[in-house]
Amino acid sequence: MTAPLLQVDDLHVRFPISGGGLLGKGRRTLHAVNGISFELAKGECLSIVGESGCGKSTTALSILGLQEPTEGMIRYRGQPLAGPGAPQRMDRAKAVQMVFQDPYASLNPRQSVRTSLAAPLRLHGITAASEIEGRIEAMLKNVGLTPEQAKRYPHEFSGGQRQRIGIARALILEPEIVVLDEPVSALDVSIRAQIINLLLDLQEKLGLSYLMISHDLSVVEHMSDRVLVMYFGEVVEEGGWREIFEVPTHPYTRRLIAAIPDPDAALNPAERQASDATVPQLAGRSFVSDGSTAPDVFTAPVRSELIEIGGNHRVRMALA
Amino acid sequence: MTAPLLDIKNLQLGVSLGRSSYHPLLKGVSFQIMPGEAYGLVGESGSGKSVTSLAVMGLLKRPLAVTSGEILFKGQNLLALPKREMRRLRGNRIAMIFQEPMTALNPLSTVGRQIAEMFVLHQGKSWAEAEKLAVEALGNVRVPNPDRRARNYPHQMSGGLRQRVMIAMALACSPDLLIADEPTTALDVTVQAEVLRLIKELCAARGTAVLFISHDLGVIASICQRVGVMYSGCLVEENETRALFESPRHEYTRGLLGALPRLGSRSEHGRQRLVDIDSIIADRSRLTESRFIAPREREGSQP
Repeated sequence: MTAPLLQVDDLHVRFPISGGGLLGKGRRTLHAVNGISFELAKGECLSIVGESGCGKSTTALSILGLQEPTEGMIRYRGQPLAGPGAPQRMDRAKAVQMVFQDPYASLNPRQSVRTSLAAPLRLHGITAASEIEGRIEAMLKNVGLTPEQAKRYPHEFSGGQRQRIGIARALILEPEIVVLDEPVSALDVSIRAQIINLLLDLQEKLGLSYLMISHDLSVVEHMSDRVLVMYFGEVVEEGGWREIFEVPTHPYTRRLIAAIPDPDAALNPAERQASDATVPQLAGRSFVSDGSTAPDVFTAPVRSELIEIGGNHRVRMALA
Repeated sequence: MTAPLLDIKNLQLGVSLGRSSYHPLLKGVSFQIMPGEAYGLVGESGSGKSVTSLAVMGLLKRPLAVTSGEILFKGQNLLALPKREMRRLRGNRIAMIFQEPMTALNPLSTVGRQIAEMFVLHQGKSWAEAEKLAVEALGNVRVPNPDRRARNYPHQMSGGLRQRVMIAMALACSPDLLIADEPTTALDVTVQAEVLRLIKELCAARGTAVLFISHDLGVIASICQRVGVMYSGCLVEENETRALFESPRHEYTRGLLGALPRLGSRSEHGRQRLVDIDSIIADRSRLTESRFIAPREREGSQP
């Protein structure tokens, strides 16, 4: 068997927080990510969902190499991506790229689209003007822009077009993995649909693997193959999109899905309540937290384990 | 039949270009809100939903100005009201909740004092009495430990709590109309669900009518009885919430609903592409010229 494209094994990220006291008094440790493990296969879309502060962005930053993990291993094609023996930033850039939430904030306002897209190519040793020009032209077509728009600046584009530029910039080095951090949450409904369609098309065309960070569960259901639900630094439930959305088992997952403002559910509340009956029976095991009271982020979490409750469907329970 | 609480008649509003010429933002918007009713305005950025609410509040600033039309609140034209009278209504009979509570609250004053101010200004209470009422108001919006929280400054609270403070402030004087402009957009989903439930319950209990503005069709569906869809300064369709979602008639409304990933639809349709409004409507400018669709019109009379 070949190694998975990306493998994250027992990832921990902790931040020292300085207290109010002098000389480091009252120093505490914030447990942002507590032992996350997952694999990402080629051509797959894996989503990490959860609310602010659950550690989903920290996990993504660790994969991008923008946040050093405190413990744990991240491997890309079997090679470590963090810690000793990690590749240089330049090599990592060819493996993993990121599309940010707010394209206006992540594009340099003083650089034309061409300059923004050419910079990574030049840094990676592609200096022939004709090749740079050719790749920029092809990439702009891929994301639904015209080559003539390359000479324009970010402020000359609409929000949706800017997100297309953000996607083009992430893809110009032909990475295998693209981290999508809330790729559509800053966009209007009609534009959001266009960008979702574009991301799905590009994934099929280029065989990309997506790691999507999102709190918008209807978008997650639409795009993902597998879903990880995070709550205070831990994965509380993971499974295929069908398991997560049709048989949500952890109380936090159920609460999250119930909270989605969805027109069909709002108009037919009875249907949503009926789904409570479908929760599988888990003989004698209990959940550590039901997700309604926030745990203390400054203490290590209570030990618990992920239990397999069906094909590829796992949920976090208290130790038996 | 009862008289409407708010009756907006052919409201036109624009950006002044100098020398009494205006670039139109609202091109004749009319709708009514009945006492106690929750009415939703939904639309994308720039469709004119927020300027409509600012016009009702009398908070339009130059270069924005109403060019024609009437805003009748309990039969009284708000546009003709002297500033002094408008100030007495605002916060008292018509209150507003904004999207970003951090920018709407005063960072230099405790939240208890900011809520108490409402009682002092509008109900002539003494500060001591008003501060007691403020603690009570915080309890009503289910802020835990209201007497301790009343002494907090806004930055000491989470986004959800701050939005609860805004709601407490807006509902302090039991207004007749609450305008909520994207009140939950900045919040996490589970917090959003709680805040929406709170707005719904408190307004129902007080008989407060709500003008709810959002770009999120799901939020609108969960809170409003009637919905108006805005596009480019026009109200293009208006109907009872269920009817609008189940049988949208205007092509823009249909496009908007098709562009929305719906929960549970993937098991039926797979990972299909969403509707691209721009591809089904080649000429967006033509949209606003097509006629407004009101609920009473029959299918056959569509343009």
